[in-house]
Amino acid sequence: MKIGALSRLAVLILLGVFLARPDWFGWLFTPLTRNGQAAIYTQNSLLNLTLNHLAIVAAATLAGSIVAIGLAVLVTRPAGREFLPLSRTLANAGQTFPPVAVLALAVPVLGFGAAPTLLALFLYGLLPIFENALAGLASVSPDVQEAARGTGMTDGQRLLRVELPLALPTILAGIRISAIISMGTATIGSTVAASTLGETIIAGLINSNLAFVAQGALVVGALAIIVNTSLFAIERHFSRYRRDQR
Amino acid sequence: MIEIEHLSKFFDETCVVDDVSMTIPGGALAVIVGTSGSGKTTLLRMINRLVEPSSGRILIDGKDISAIPPHELRRQIGYAIQGHGLFPHRTVGQNIATVPHLLGWDAAKVSARVEELLDLFQLDAAEFRDRYPSQLSGGQQQRVGVARALAAAPKLLLMDEPFGALDPIIRARAQEDLRQIQQRLGTTIVLVTHDMNEAIHLGDRIAVMDRAKLLQYDTPQEIVIRPATEFVGELLGSGERPFRLLSLQPLRPYIEPGEAPGAALDVDASLRDALEEALWSGRAAVPVRDGAGKTLGRVTLATAIRQAARPQ
Amino acid sequence: MTDNSTPLSSRHVIDRLGIVIFALAVAGLFCPFVLFRANRIVAGEARYALDALPGWPGYFLLAAVGTGAVLALLRLDSRLRLAVSFAALAILAVGLGWAVDSVTPAGDKISRTAPALGFWLELLAFGLLAADSVVRLGLKPLSRIALLIAVSVAIATILLSGIWSDLSVLREYANRADVFWREAATHIALALGSLVAAALVGLPLGIAIHPTKRLRAVVTGLLSAVQTIPSIALFGLLIAPLAWLAATVPAAAAIGIAGIGAAPAMLALFLYSLMPVVSNTLAGLDAVPPAANVAARGMGMTDAERLLQVQLPLAFPSILAAIRIVLVQNIGLATVAALIGGGGFGVFVFQGVGQTAMDLVLLGAVPTVALAFASAVILDAAVELVSVKGRT
Repeated sequence: MKIGALSRLAVLILLGVFLARPDWFGWLFTPLTRNGQAAIYTQNSLLNLTLNHLAIVAAATLAGSIVAIGLAVLVTRPAGREFLPLSRTLANAGQTFPPVAVLALAVPVLGFGAAPTLLALFLYGLLPIFENALAGLASVSPDVQEAARGTGMTDGQRLLRVELPLALPTILAGIRISAIISMGTATIGSTVAASTLGETIIAGLINSNLAFVAQGALVVGALAIIVNTSLFAIERHFSRYRRDQR
Repeated sequence: MIEIEHLSKFFDETCVVDDVSMTIPGGALAVIVGTSGSGKTTLLRMINRLVEPSSGRILIDGKDISAIPPHELRRQIGYAIQGHGLFPHRTVGQNIATVPHLLGWDAAKVSARVEELLDLFQLDAAEFRDRYPSQLSGGQQQRVGVARALAAAPKLLLMDEPFGALDPIIRARAQEDLRQIQQRLGTTIVLVTHDMNEAIHLGDRIAVMDRAKLLQYDTPQEIVIRPATEFVGELLGSGERPFRLLSLQPLRPYIEPGEAPGAALDVDASLRDALEEALWSGRAAVPVRDGAGKTLGRVTLATAIRQAARPQ
Repeated sequence: MTDNSTPLSSRHVIDRLGIVIFALAVAGLFCPFVLFRANRIVAGEARYALDALPGWPGYFLLAAVGTGAVLALLRLDSRLRLAVSFAALAILAVGLGWAVDSVTPAGDKISRTAPALGFWLELLAFGLLAADSVVRLGLKPLSRIALLIAVSVAIATILLSGIWSDLSVLREYANRADVFWREAATHIALALGSLVAAALVGLPLGIAIHPTKRLRAVVTGLLSAVQTIPSIALFGLLIAPLAWLAATVPAAAAIGIAGIGAAPAMLALFLYSLMPVVSNTLAGLDAVPPAANVAARGMGMTDAERLLQVQLPLAFPSILAAIRIVLVQNIGLATVAALIGGGGFGVFVFQGVGQTAMDLVLLGAVPTVALAFASAVILDAAVELVSVKGRT
């Protein structure tokens, strides 16, 4: 794991330097340009685009997590159990919707810009978190539930001290999947005028400037890998009790 | 003292516990024995209100438990189940501390109690306190499960097949530990099992259940000597009855003065042990010694055989 | 054992989900049914059901929806609830066609009439009712496929009957029917082609790396890193090497490989697909009971025989599950190919976004979703079928 953490740090530092001083790397991208095109995207600072991108993804994932976990808790309580089978099916079927379609269909409701992107990311991001939260809550063994009741925990205590902590690794996996999907969908958000890293890629595609495409893609790819591995590390931390089994 | 009065439980239309009445004296170890589906577990679970009775009532020390909020009731009653039900995300120490925490004990007191219990169950506190359940062996998990049930020093402990998942050797050890701990703490224990051996070995009182009904509730001796129904007899195993009877009788009253050859038996052993030893080594009598190794006399094969007969 | 001690007296006649469906359906009645625009650009005018459907058809529609909503409230047999939902959906479908027809001036070809909030709410309400009934019925895999076919036939009938021909989406379709089917073919070719390639490469790869722990870690690590790269970024990154390839190797250019177009899209989809195929192959092989392997060896099977007769058949449900994941994922991702000139339904989606023409977006999005959904239903059923067979 040491090597993993080190390489994560290395990618992070490299990314940070690139975002702070993209012009230092111009020589790297020049071979991809034709007819003296600019090698580095300058319409908008790459740093700003990156921060914007991350902010949109973080906001949507956070909101999605809160709503999805809340819903999953609701439908696994006795009062909401009637909704469980349907909501599971809907979450499953909902994920067959391509994120792009969700994004495009959010435009008539909210117009262009960051808002439809946020809505699409939120809606689509809900599903994996919800599905994983359900799976996590369902995986708490009956023995453990029984023991928790037997020790005199109230329903609330059981949820907070036993069910949610045990479901946490699975829930975190859902949040990670959701965040990664959102990283990609946010990129496409540039087609509906959200200011994200997709902007450089789209600009590159429109102007046939592969340098722009490559730098946008590299930054998004690096971000996605960093986010994925970091969230994965958190997940592992919270599931440490599962390891070292005899 | 637990008084169970005309207790019945219906799930939908099926009756799982049918008009059961019994009294368990304080400090006793009562075993409810029966086949699966006999209603024994449901009966147990009604004592801490994990299941609510359809009719009848239960009094603990004279108080009707339906008047106590379930979660408060359960915090006063220890509960240990088969497969232990340890919380996998909490360490051994945190598991044991569950009820003390729920009861709002202060940290120092909880920590001292955890150490005391680990000590009681012969688990080294420094080594085991911060381990997760998945890092323990089956026998260790089971001990932690019982330690957790005893954490808040409950006057009553309910156990549902607590030794069911253990292999025979570890099970015998665990049963021995339980008896010693019960004698030391004076806890009232109600234990559910399908194993008649375990019932006879552990119980002061045995309740035999079949198809929702309580067939017989008595001392082990009475159950062995005078099974109330054919079913109780079957459960005992007809070929083993004399040996079960012997196993319930300690050696001490049958020691007579005199010499005998060969290895000596401990005075805490049962007549059954004496019979086995005598038959296996081809001796007519075996010497008996006390804990200090002093010979007290002998027990003869003839005595053992005489005592194996059904008393009239 | 669970606690069944909750009193059963709460078994009332009102269905809880029914309350939600009722609320949605009733709310829908108070919202505009269709939106009329004199041409593609101007703002729309809302038309309520009674305006759009003057006379008895309007009242009939309202009455039918109202009745359906009330029936949804009651705890009825699931089959009856399914029938109610299908009836309501059919009446809504025909009602929509009539409403559009009556709103559109005779002979007009440039106006655009689309379903409005009211229709969508009714669709959601009765769609929920249908979904819930199907879930509660717990249909067997083959029955689910049969139901899917029946619904598809019903939708095809409506489309072919011309009831909806004045609907804005279908006017967009009519304007570009040729292109539509060409892009549909491209879309399916992208999704299926990359799937086949991934299966042909991923399966042997999974089998090859299965015994070696280190190799497994390296390969799955690499492939999952690929999976985290956002689609548009991967498409973009592949443009450069493929452009170079096309420029330097004439043969590559001759078979259609180019920096922009279908080739990078296909390659990207292939790379995305590898991970699920490889990891499910590994998981399937891992799940083969050790006893089965030992028994096969003990009977004198060679490694190849053991693989073909024991391991692969046992791992098949897991591999099929990967095919399901990949196909559904690829159908969705293939929309992004349009951004790099790869074609597919994404062409309409992005054109629509560019022109703020939602009908065009729908023309691309609806078939994509329908394809993905149908594939999911069929392959889920297939996975269930082979898993059940394997167990008994």
